Amino acid sequence: MHRVIFRRLLISVPLLLLVSILSFYILRLAPGDPVRVYLAMPFDQASPELIARTRAALGLDRPLYAQYLRWLGGAVTGNLGNSLMTRRPVSTIIGETLPNTLRLMGFALAIAVTLGVSLGMLSAVRPDSKLDLALSITTYVGNSIPAFWSGLMLVFIFGVWLNWLPTVGMASLQHAGNPLLDRAAHLVLPVATLAFQDIVVWLRYQRNSLLEVLGEDYIRTARAKGLSNVTVLLRHAWKNSLISVITLLGYTLPRLLTGAYIVETIFSWPGMGRLSVDAIYQRDYPIIMALLLVSSTLVVLGNLLADVGYALADPRVRYEA
Amino acid sequence: MKPERALASNIRRALNRFVRHRRALFGVVMLLVLVIATFPIPVFLDVDPNAIDLAGRLTPPGARHLFGTDNLGRDYLARCLYGGRISLGVGFVAMTIAVMVGTSVGATAGYFGAAIDSFLMRSVDLFISLPLFFMILIAQMILRPSIVNVMMIIGLTTWMGVARIVRGEVLAQRSRDYVTAARALGNSPSRIILRHVLPNVVGPLTVVATLNVASAILVESALSFLGLGVQPPEASWGSMVSGAQTRMFLAPWVAIFPGVMLSLTVVSFNFIGDGLRDALDPRTERRT
Repeated sequence: MHRVIFRRLLISVPLLLLVSILSFYILRLAPGDPVRVYLAMPFDQASPELIARTRAALGLDRPLYAQYLRWLGGAVTGNLGNSLMTRRPVSTIIGETLPNTLRLMGFALAIAVTLGVSLGMLSAVRPDSKLDLALSITTYVGNSIPAFWSGLMLVFIFGVWLNWLPTVGMASLQHAGNPLLDRAAHLVLPVATLAFQDIVVWLRYQRNSLLEVLGEDYIRTARAKGLSNVTVLLRHAWKNSLISVITLLGYTLPRLLTGAYIVETIFSWPGMGRLSVDAIYQRDYPIIMALLLVSSTLVVLGNLLADVGYALADPRVRYEA
Repeated sequence: MKPERALASNIRRALNRFVRHRRALFGVVMLLVLVIATFPIPVFLDVDPNAIDLAGRLTPPGARHLFGTDNLGRDYLARCLYGGRISLGVGFVAMTIAVMVGTSVGATAGYFGAAIDSFLMRSVDLFISLPLFFMILIAQMILRPSIVNVMMIIGLTTWMGVARIVRGEVLAQRSRDYVTAARALGNSPSRIILRHVLPNVVGPLTVVATLNVASAILVESALSFLGLGVQPPEASWGSMVSGAQTRMFLAPWVAIFPGVMLSLTVVSFNFIGDGLRDALDPRTERRT
């Protein structure tokens, strides 16, 4: 098992390198001069010497491959350069925003897995019941309503109309009550928006894979032996159905990450998603590069997690190591 | 039985299954209504989605304006219908691009196998393990947002599912006798793939294509919502919801209508896709 993880990690290194090289070159193709962003003033007001000096100071006068190597050298030692807009170290900015996004994603994932798996089991135990039908319609709805719209509707219903929950940021600026409750209240709507899209995916996967397993011969054998329904369901069927459910972990992280861009924009959540959108608008290349690296790493980790979970759940899976 | 007749009765049976699929039928009817409403109807009614009426700003839905008006007094129903043209158009074109790229890659990989197959499918794996949405955002920044770019970028980032399915199907067909016969007759690989193999893959391909339209429409709307998709004065459902963000407290309908139309469209494509899958592949037929 350790060798599997090790091998997978080893494969991800060239993958991440490739992504970073491609993104570095593509970003430099973009129209707009980073020097202009850095100086934050029209070029005709800046003297040619100032432009040349800034360009040299940022290392932008050197050939592209040299610039990339310099960036890479910094990146492996944790120095990702400075933001062009705020001139603060990129690593500090990422360090501030990444935990906020991970918190959002973590809660959403936990809720999606728990609710999705348990509702999917209920659905599969009584296929074509009223509950199954209702859940299957919910699944279609969840797959078809864009997150930005369901998020806005939640803001409208719970934030504006009923005025039950806060809709902006992670905490109130001035809050008389319990700060923990205040933070929790701020989490509800963004997490609900993010989780809803994922619950339905887990639900459908769990339902279909459990239904398939329940149709197998060995389940009939287990029942014929006189085992109780609960034992058959949990020990014999559910455990086996999990094998295909676990592969979802790999798909779910990129999905949650995509959701984070939208959800953080709607709820003004100071995380990576909103930072990405801002950095793209402001053409803050060092930040964009760092965010690409972080999100690629998250996606690669998700795939790794899925592979490991798969191997743990199914002893028949043997990766050639 | 003659082969043509066998084929005809297969199609008839699939059609029967599709028509009995209530959700799929709902999807087809809904989609027909939406397409007729967004493409020909605005032309015949000659409504101008850009006619500004500052005296009638943010009028609630009523007899005069069925969907109310927006912040510039423009008729919101007309704007929703014209916005739908762009959303549906982007969805279809992006899907077509994805199907073309995905089919080429998948068919090549499946037919030739060996090194070509593993190279192409590793590339597909690589593509899937990228943070694609962020890359789409960056691509939009570099290329300047426009409808054509949105279609291209979405098409070029959503072909991997198509490639996987086509490869699997082609792989299954490759060792069939008819392919061996076609090869023995001296047909070129491209002719065998196009004329003999691909027609047998049309079924599963239609299913992914339908589901791809749904996801392309969703990606476009998310891009436009973030301001990196369709640009004003053009509007899609996504950019309309985006513009409604600050006004929905005064005028909730500006956020509700485009979102409902968007969701109905996507739900219809998903219903049709699932219906097609159940109709074309009787093994997965479920009692509904």
